Amino acid sequence: MSDHTDLNILGVFSLLSILAVGGGTAVLPEMKALTVDVHHWLSDDQFRNIYGLGQLAPGPNMLMVIVIGYHVAGFVGAALAFVGFFAPASIIAWGTSRIWNHFEGSPWRLSVQRGFAPLVIGLMTAGTISIARTAITGWIPVVFAVVVFCVLYFRHRVNPALMILAAAIAGVFLLR
Amino acid sequence: MTEQPVAPATAPEKSPAGKVSLFEVFLTFLVIGAVSFGGGVVAYLRNSLVSQKKWLDEEEFLAALEISQALPGLNATNMSVIVGDRLRGPLGSIVGFVGMTLPGGLLILVLGIAYVSNNHNSYVNAALAGVGAASVGLLASVTLQIGHKQLEHLLDIAIVLVTIVMVSVFHISLVIVLLTVGPVAIFLYRPHKDRVHAADRTGLDKKPAD
Repeated sequence: MSDHTDLNILGVFSLLSILAVGGGTAVLPEMKALTVDVHHWLSDDQFRNIYGLGQLAPGPNMLMVIVIGYHVAGFVGAALAFVGFFAPASIIAWGTSRIWNHFEGSPWRLSVQRGFAPLVIGLMTAGTISIARTAITGWIPVVFAVVVFCVLYFRHRVNPALMILAAAIAGVFLLR
Repeated sequence: MTEQPVAPATAPEKSPAGKVSLFEVFLTFLVIGAVSFGGGVVAYLRNSLVSQKKWLDEEEFLAALEISQALPGLNATNMSVIVGDRLRGPLGSIVGFVGMTLPGGLLILVLGIAYVSNNHNSYVNAALAGVGAASVGLLASVTLQIGHKQLEHLLDIAIVLVTIVMVSVFHISLVIVLLTVGPVAIFLYRPHKDRVHAADRTGLDKKPAD
């Protein structure tokens, strides 16, 4: 079954790559559905924890797909998840950027942008909800989420990494 | 809006020193990839590419960001591919992408190995539970910052709510959501022959830099 698992990893993350219109947050519900409910590679808690690991690393936070791949099928799985998630979208971006200016004058380009804007916000909200469903397991996590939201939303200059690290430390004391 | 000419693949858009070296492209994106946290990559990209390196001016940066946001994938990696290509062609895309993903990728692999080996440790799980809860606040903050403009038009609010209900309540596959709500939304904003379309850049920041 190893070959099937490897191909499934590549297939799942390639699909997610193409679907990630609106970015990584927008694709979280689908990622969770595929990795937890369909393929049973992860439990809910593991999905939340691996997502949290992604917040601890710099750069694109969807690099956590590497951990999912590694968890399922070791280093080969890690490589396949990474290539699967990043290669299709990157190739599309590379190709499209070279022809984007040909559509400069088309009124439809503006329609696409304006139509997709609320769709993306809806998808990002749904992505936030999917993480909340696994992460909010009592009152203390609610307090964490609300405090982080208020600090980041109303005090833009606070580095999110500090909030994440503080939450990890507080979690050790309050969530064991 | 002025035409955005695509620079020849072997010439930089802008650089006092002339040709930008592949190593410099790699190093610049490596630093961005190593220091950006919590979905704030766009701010680091602008600061580095526009303010410091001056490889792009503000208009060129926004144009590249516009492309990144319209396509599938993450802003960070899409931007590294697009800007890398404009500076140094296909090789520039590759080294930009590798630079952007290498630091975080290596660290996350190490963290992942440690996690998989210790995923029954109560301290590890408690810490990650805290991180998970904080992530909800982070995601909500980013979404609201980007989306508050969308809460000013009834049509946009309707599209947002329909999308949320389809995904979060009925758990409809993202494929189906994109293939149904997407075309409908575009149709609702289709061009009208009797209207002049002013370029609308106020909604450019459509997705977080994740």
